[in-house]
Amino acid sequence: MGVRVQSDPFDAGAELTAFTAAVSGAGAAGQAGAIVSFTGLVRGDNALNALEIEHYPAMTKPAIEAMVADAGDRWSLTDALVIHRHGRLEVGQAIMMVATAAPHRRAAFEAADFLMDYLKSRAPFWKKEIGQGGEAWVDAKATDEDDLKRWSV
Amino acid sequence: MIDVVYFAWVRERIGTPRETVESNAATVADLIAELTAREARYAAAFADVTAIRVAVDQELSDFDAPLAGVREVAFFPPMTGG
Repeated sequence: MGVRVQSDPFDAGAELTAFTAAVSGAGAAGQAGAIVSFTGLVRGDNALNALEIEHYPAMTKPAIEAMVADAGDRWSLTDALVIHRHGRLEVGQAIMMVATAAPHRRAAFEAADFLMDYLKSRAPFWKKEIGQGGEAWVDAKATDEDDLKRWSV
Repeated sequence: MIDVVYFAWVRERIGTPRETVESNAATVADLIAELTAREARYAAAFADVTAIRVAVDQELSDFDAPLAGVREVAFFPPMTGG
């Protein structure tokens, strides 16, 4: 299980290749039968030029690690990876990615979906949109809270 | 003494990312009341507490949380990661 919080850009394709090699290569136990990955990009709508993402350094990584551990237990994941950037991100750049590996596809899909919902509303990041008309903090959406409720037992 | 940290527009309204405050507050809600009584910029930041989230020693918490033994309290708007 890996969690990285970084300001540097990352190559989602190269990360997925490395993740796949780690869960399927020699030395892995051969337990994974499915890998799901999600990559979130900076979308260039509303005359957006860039995003500035603030975070809470002392809390961010431990909070995400707890979410990953929770997902790992719940869906018996063989491995998981979360990368999330902070700082200034240009339109088209990857903000974050999630990859999950599990014995079967449904567990891998659901765990990735769960991690996305938790990262949106429970990881300490705050997005500010920087556009031609100025800057504005992004408001949390009520639908994001509704998405989280899908996972409560 | 307690370290109080602020993020996003809460930080901007209060005008500092971090400060150490002398406080006898028993709970998070008491700390908000103490800060709000102090200066207008705090009152502006905490005017609508339904828009405020709190972490106590880097764990998400709530306004009833006790502050005995706590080192750091963080106030911020609802998170927008992902």
